[in-house]
Amino acid sequence: MIYLQIAANGLVLGGLYACIAVGFSLVWGVLNVINILHGSFIVLGSYVAYFAYVHLGIHPFISTVIAGAVLYGLGYLLQAGIINRVITAPVLITLTLTFGLDLILNNSMLVAFTADYQSVNLAHPLGTVQIGPVFLPGDRVAAMVLAVLLTLLLYRLLRDSRIGRAIVAVRMDREAASLMGVDVPRINAVTFAIGAFMAGAAGALLSIIFPISPLNGPLFLGKAFIVCVLGGLGSVPGAMLGGLVLGVIESFTSFWFGPERAVTISFALLLVLLFVRPSGLLGRRGYE
Amino acid sequence: MRTWIALAVIAALVALLPLSGSNYFLRLATTVCMYAVLAQSWNFIGGLAGYPSFATAAFFGLGAYTSALMLAQGAPLLLSWGCAGLVATVFAAMIGGAILHLRGHYFAIASLIVAEMLRELINGMPDITGGGKGMNLPILPISVTAEAQFFFYSMLALAVVSAATAIVVHRNKLGFGLRCIQQNEDAANILGVNAYAYKTAAFSLSAVFVGVAGAIYASWVKYIEPPDVFDVLLAVKPMVMVLLGGLGTIFGPALGAVILLAFEELVWRNFLTVHAAALGIIIVALILFLPNGILSTLRTWFSRKEPAT
Repeated sequence: MIYLQIAANGLVLGGLYACIAVGFSLVWGVLNVINILHGSFIVLGSYVAYFAYVHLGIHPFISTVIAGAVLYGLGYLLQAGIINRVITAPVLITLTLTFGLDLILNNSMLVAFTADYQSVNLAHPLGTVQIGPVFLPGDRVAAMVLAVLLTLLLYRLLRDSRIGRAIVAVRMDREAASLMGVDVPRINAVTFAIGAFMAGAAGALLSIIFPISPLNGPLFLGKAFIVCVLGGLGSVPGAMLGGLVLGVIESFTSFWFGPERAVTISFALLLVLLFVRPSGLLGRRGYE
Repeated sequence: MRTWIALAVIAALVALLPLSGSNYFLRLATTVCMYAVLAQSWNFIGGLAGYPSFATAAFFGLGAYTSALMLAQGAPLLLSWGCAGLVATVFAAMIGGAILHLRGHYFAIASLIVAEMLRELINGMPDITGGGKGMNLPILPISVTAEAQFFFYSMLALAVVSAATAIVVHRNKLGFGLRCIQQNEDAANILGVNAYAYKTAAFSLSAVFVGVAGAIYASWVKYIEPPDVFDVLLAVKPMVMVLLGGLGTIFGPALGAVILLAFEELVWRNFLTVHAAALGIIIVALILFLPNGILSTLRTWFSRKEPAT
């Protein structure tokens, strides 16, 4: 019975991991940029939700949209103003650039909000949900459901909307898309902004579960890395699967070996996976 | 030949620094030499072969801990430094065999994770390595000034050896092959460059001096702990230094080391709480305005002026 409970905990965590990673994966897949800023974006989203709750009494579930919108604007400006200038440069250049931007953003948050851990204490928590023999905290389940809904929304956006098709076209072949009349720099900026939106929204959802501090940025970034490599790049279903797999694995390894070993084990797993299947569980071989 | 003379002159000038008598300068100079070693080493794999390696921190920490563990068993100092270099090289050759078939971002992440894994492993062995408590190293039985000079000259010697190796590699078949790999690995493979062997060689070269530098650093500061010697900034700073100085050049990495350290000192002293943001601003400005590094930017300026005169 205990295993059922652990698996359920893992799935709830995994749904949130998927939401953390899906924006990162989109940016990586479409722009070929590893966005080191992603972790700080998530933290910034959490702060938006925190301040909205403390000062305005807005429930974090509602501030997912606010946090997402704030991050969308920031992401659009960063991509259109800075990253687009070197978007065709080698990996090393774009990676180092986002690393530099992350140092600036993270340091600014440290100065503005301090490194003290903040947390959102809901005035009316949702209590516990019981499904058969499994007990789950209601707020976590609601956050996970919202995270999955957001991820599905992104999936529909990429498949059905005009802008979504343009993003997919750029992902497949930048030059060809440009020749077909797609405004590639604008699509780059929109893609990066959507990635930032997802990070901000995920941050708002996480604000009711994890303590909030700029120090958590690298932690979230690491999760996004692992989920992406697990699931394969740039695909929403891949990020979903990767997130759920990571959540369940972490949940079980914490149970068997203790939580402090869970991170090491997920890293080891990642190295092994990179070695045997670099394109991820759902990825196609030879597709960079 | 001119390159060798330039190296000899620079080394001789730097070697005179202790005459200034200021211990502060001596400490800075030792750090500059260490940074130059890290940058020069990263240049083999990152600058020449074009593989964005984050493994510098892994080699550094591995060297530091190898040397610390041997010294704790009573091994002689120089032997422990040599073994640190050897262990780092063997480790690089082994791990390189596993991750060098990855390209671009995947290689970057895999090399980053190698350092994280090593840190977690050492953290998780408190009986041998002290775990999170860190390790203390023995103090040398000589005066404080003599000790500071000893570590300075050790770091300087290592920097000179790494620069000399870079000069040799840049000119022989290995350097040529690595540049081919950077431009088009598939084409290089087809034309008969054994890309796998070349990359592994470059990766090992990027480890050997870093391992020794980690060992010297450990003996110098006398106390090491995993977050310090496996710090991800140890992997990022060499990249910034090489980008500052110029990718794939010989004196670029050393120049970048001097500039970065000078800047760091200024910022640390005046704006302690925002030093990370200041480093970030340099990185962004560097990539937007000096994408080819200072050396080649200066060169284009001069060559642009020449026809006018």
